[in-house]
Parts: sequence; C-alpha cells; structure tokens
Amino acid sequence: MNIVSPPTSETVSTGLEIAVAFQGVSRHFGSVKAVDGVDLAVREGEFFAMLGPSGSGKTTCLRLIAGFEQPTAGHIEIFGETAEGLPPYRRNVNTVFQDYALFPHMSVIANVGYGLMVKGVNRAERAGQAREALALVRLEGYEDRKPSQLSGGQRQRVALARALVNRPRVLLLDEPLGALDLKLREEMQDELRTLHRKLGLTFVFVTHDQGEALSMADRVAVFDRGRIVQVGTPEDVYERPATRFVADFVGGSNVLDPDFAAMAGGAARWTSLRPEKIRVAPVATNEPVGGAGGIAEVIDVQYQGSVRRLVLGFAGRRLVAVVSAAQFAGIVPGAHVGVSWPRDALQPMAGEGGDP
Amino acid sequence: MTAAAALPAARNTARDGVFARLADRLYMSPKLLLFLLLAPPLLWVGVVYLGALFALLAQSFFALDDFSGMIDRTFTLATWAQLFHPANLDIIMRTVAMAAMVTLCSALIGFPIAYYAARYARGRMKALFYLAVMLPLWSSYLVRVYAWKLILAKEGILAWSLDRIGAGPILEAYLALPVVGGPSLSASYTGTFIVFVYVWLPFMILPIQAALERVPGNLIEASADLGAAPGQTFRTVVFPLALPGIVAGSIFTFSLTLGDYIIPQIVGGSQFYLGQAVYTHQGTAGNIPLAAAFSVVPILIMAVYLTIARRMGAFNAL
Repeated sequence: MNIVSPPTSETVSTGLEIAVAFQGVSRHFGSVKAVDGVDLAVREGEFFAMLGPSGSGKTTCLRLIAGFEQPTAGHIEIFGETAEGLPPYRRNVNTVFQDYALFPHMSVIANVGYGLMVKGVNRAERAGQAREALALVRLEGYEDRKPSQLSGGQRQRVALARALVNRPRVLLLDEPLGALDLKLREEMQDELRTLHRKLGLTFVFVTHDQGEALSMADRVAVFDRGRIVQVGTPEDVYERPATRFVADFVGGSNVLDPDFAAMAGGAARWTSLRPEKIRVAPVATNEPVGGAGGIAEVIDVQYQGSVRRLVLGFAGRRLVAVVSAAQFAGIVPGAHVGVSWPRDALQPMAGEGGDP
Repeated sequence: MTAAAALPAARNTARDGVFARLADRLYMSPKLLLFLLLAPPLLWVGVVYLGALFALLAQSFFALDDFSGMIDRTFTLATWAQLFHPANLDIIMRTVAMAAMVTLCSALIGFPIAYYAARYARGRMKALFYLAVMLPLWSSYLVRVYAWKLILAKEGILAWSLDRIGAGPILEAYLALPVVGGPSLSASYTGTFIVFVYVWLPFMILPIQAALERVPGNLIEASADLGAAPGQTFRTVVFPLALPGIVAGSIFTFSLTLGDYIIPQIVGGSQFYLGQAVYTHQGTAGNIPLAAAFSVVPILIMAVYLTIARRMGAFNAL
C-alpha cells in the first residue's frame, strides 16, 4: 500500500466535488460568537487557507471540521456526509496541530504508526507504512528517537507524517509553521506545497500570516470576527480586497476614505491603494502618471533590506509607500517628495467598505 | 538643567547596605547559595536519618538472649531466621496483602477524582477539590479513625442505617463470609481495609492529579483525531502518562499501610500487622533486634516494588 499512489480514475481531482461544506455554521461559546454564520466550500484537492487575526474564528472552523467542536447552528458536510454529531475518531480527516501534540512517551515510529495501531493494522505493516511516511517528509533514520530529542522542524515533520500515514481525505493544518524560525518556515512552506502537489490531497491551512497564505494557497478565506469577509484566489484577495479590513490585513494597504479617494482621482468610495503602486520621485521631477498625486512630506523611513518603506503625510492623511531600497538612500524625515499613482491602482471596495 | 544631569548613575545604588551586599555575593555565586541551602537538610538526612537507619539495620544482626532478656551484641542471623517463623511470616503476608489491596482500591477510587480535577475542574471548583481532598488531613488522624470505629461498630450508624432500609441481612451475610467477615465490620479485615483506604486516599489522588495536569489536552485530541476511540486513548495515552503519578501515589499508600500500627489496633480483628509487631517487640517485649529485623521488611518490600515498577516502565514518561 502506497501513500503516494498515482491518481486513478476515481481519485483524479475533478475540482467539482466539494470536500468540506459549511452552511450557516455558528459556534458560540456563551455570548462569544467564535464562528458566526459561516458558509464555505472547500473543493477537493485544493490548498485552502483560512487567514485572519487571532480570535477571528479560523481555528474554531478548523476544529469544527476535525470534530473537536460541534456547531451550535448550521450544517457541515465532509465529502457529502453530514459531519455534525460525528466524533473526531469517526472522521477521515487528520490534523497537524500547532504545537505538534506528539505523544511524548512514544518513539517517532510509534507516533507515526499510532493511527494505524488503533485501527488494528499489524506491527510489520504498520512499521512499513510509518517508514514510508517518514521518508515522505525526509526524516529517515529518526525512527527510534523520542519527540523530546528532536528539533522543532523535525517534530513538525513527524506530526505531518503521523497525519499523512492515515491517508486522510482532508488534511487540516493549524498554524503548523508558527513555531518555526524564518528560514525553516520558508523551507517547510516549499515542502508543504510539494507534498500537496504530490499527494493531491485537500489541505485546509489555518494561518495569521498573510504572506504565508498568499504564497501557499490556491484560495484564501479571510476571517474577521467570526465571519468570512472574502474568499478568493490570493490575487483576488490582494488586488481586489472586498472590505477595509481585508485591504488592511492582507498586505497592509492604504485605505482611502471616500472624500480622499475622490480627490485622489477615484470614485467617492472607500478605496484601497497598495503601497507598491505609489510612485515616489524627487519633488523636481515628479509628474502625475495619468493619475493623480502631489507633494508629500516624509514622516518616517524604514529600511527593510530589499525595500524601503516610506510613511508619508499627504493632504492631511497618512500614506505608506514602498520603494526599492536602492532609491532614496539619503532621505530623512521632514523631506518632501512627489507622489503619484495610476488611476487603476485605486481599488474601490464593495458597499460602505464592508466594515462598520 | 541639562538632560544629562537628570539621568541616574549607571550603577543602581538605591539598595546598598550589608544585606544588599550579601545578596549581591550570593547572586554572583549560585553554588555558594546552593550549598548554604542544602547543607542543613543534607546533614539531617545523611547523618541523623541514614545513620539511624544503619544503626537499626545493625541491631537486627544481634539477638535477644531468651534467658536473661539482655541483648547479645555478637553477630548472628538468628533474629532474621525468626522472621520466617510461621507466626511472623503470617504478619508479613497479612500486611503486604492488606497494603496491596488498599493501594489497588485507592488507585481505582482516586483516578476518576484526580482525572476530573485535572481535566475539568477550573477556578472555584478546583479550589473546592483541593479543599475536599485535604480537609480530612487537617483533623487528627486518631479522631478520624475512632470516628470510623463508631461508624462500623456492631451497633454503629452503618449497621443501623442498613437495618432501617432493610439491608441488614446483606451485612449479616457479608460478615458471615470467611476472611473478610467477622463479628462486626469494626472487628474485621474489611473494616481495617475501609479505614486504610479512607485515610490514605488523598496521598493517591494528589500525585495522580499532578501527573494528569501535565498531560496536554491536545494529546487527547490528537489521539481522537488519529482514530482512537476514548477507551483506546485512555489505554495508550492517558494511562501511560499518568502512570508515574499512580506509582508515586502507590508508594505513599503502600508504604504508609506497611508501617501503620494504629489503625489495625483500633479497627479490625486481633491479628497483628508489621507496624504493631515492631511496636510490641521494641516496646513491651524489649526485643529490639527482632523489632529492627521487622522494620527492615517494609524497606525491602518497597525496594522490590520500585524495581518492578521501574522494569515495567512506570518512570519512562518522567
């Protein structure tokens, strides 16, 4: 039995089947509405990210899929089967926990083989499949170690292997990279993407890191205060934020109020203007590029390695612009620069901007 | 005033003085501090306690001269041989069996209580739990044992209550059983057993609770997530991780039962237990060598018990 099996006619992802469906799902804890009327459809084989700040309900949604929480209202289906009322051990869904939750009294191989053991798979078969899963996450040779003898990155891989060995229909990942340092994090991001492509499984990934969500996911659901405020491809979410919250949380956009937006050359609506879309030039050479602009005062300069982040005062508002670090090397707060942006950089947001 | 004048000195002189300097000294040399803290208890344990223990052990290699009633201070194994007389062997077996039963029963009763306290009780409920478990320890042990004697007595409240609800014959039938029965509950092995379990139960609950407290809740979720039904999770995750606590608790209940000489004297039949044997031989009978030999028995039993527990992997999760 292979974990990595070539897709057969039944397992080929048609992209039409829905892996996880939420219909008006709520999870209230007393007066706290952790999840409040969420509709959601994760497609089979998709890498789906649930993005939001802490307390926005994304982790509770994941726990609702896993079965650790039961909805107080609404309906959940996993591959067409009703999930509410089903305990976690009756769901063909596995979780990679935020802090890994490895069993401290078991060796790596026993941890990975645990799911098979409780299903009654015999010892030899178990060891074989567990080894295979460890090979998949490139952790051969660590079979007999205890979790306490592993580094954070290695524990992460064991947790991944332990979930994958059960061949789940959906793999749930709860901020799995949160505890890793930057270097390891980037490495694991690549690895998770590779694994996803290789296995063709449905991945549901919870993160508060917008960069991680954008770079890894096929689609992103942005959570705010227990609700989903936007679902779409990373480009949709970044280029066309639906609400002020999304514009600000994903990529830290400049959110322009309707008056300012009209003055800046757009419609009188709440409008998003991405920092990298703002052109900054020395005052003398500045001219609006078929859009709008003017003279801004530099309030702060933050050097960030590859880029330089300029905080500008413009028409009584605060604007953030990002320029290549090679530019404006000598600029200091108090200096004046010319700013301009093309009209199509102004992205009006739906309705009142969505947020009260 | 210039800005520099307003700044404090680089060295914080706010707390200079003899004690502050002493604190500085100890802060800079943690080994000295450790030595000062540990020397008194180590002296106590090393010299007074271990010394006394070895003196005791040495006594067991002397023998009582039956004729003169004096202790003959020459090396002999005769006292040790006496332990294997049927009457003495009986005492040992009876005590070990009682201690084993008390330990087993304490673990069975204590585990669910400890589990509830560790996993579910929060805030006030947790405080209430600690209070309920510890409260009996605040009152005198003798008072509690005598209270049990009254509860279990022939005309006691338990027999009376059972009579009232028409269950008197059940108690009669139980008391008619061999070994566990007797003239009344307060004069039977069952009575001794009940009081032992009552008195030592807190010593079982608290270590188990401490062990369970350290089992992260997400391990139980992870186990369920991987397909384990609650029973499987208990056997493969919760129990192994609680085992060091259970063993720690059982060390308390087992050794306390082995050494106790008051409970069986107040509640139970006339049969002797180890503690009573030690008490009688060294007090009334003046046979200190035999008392010494008897008191080494629990130490040996505990050593064997711990070795077995270790072999079984009870401390692997530590």
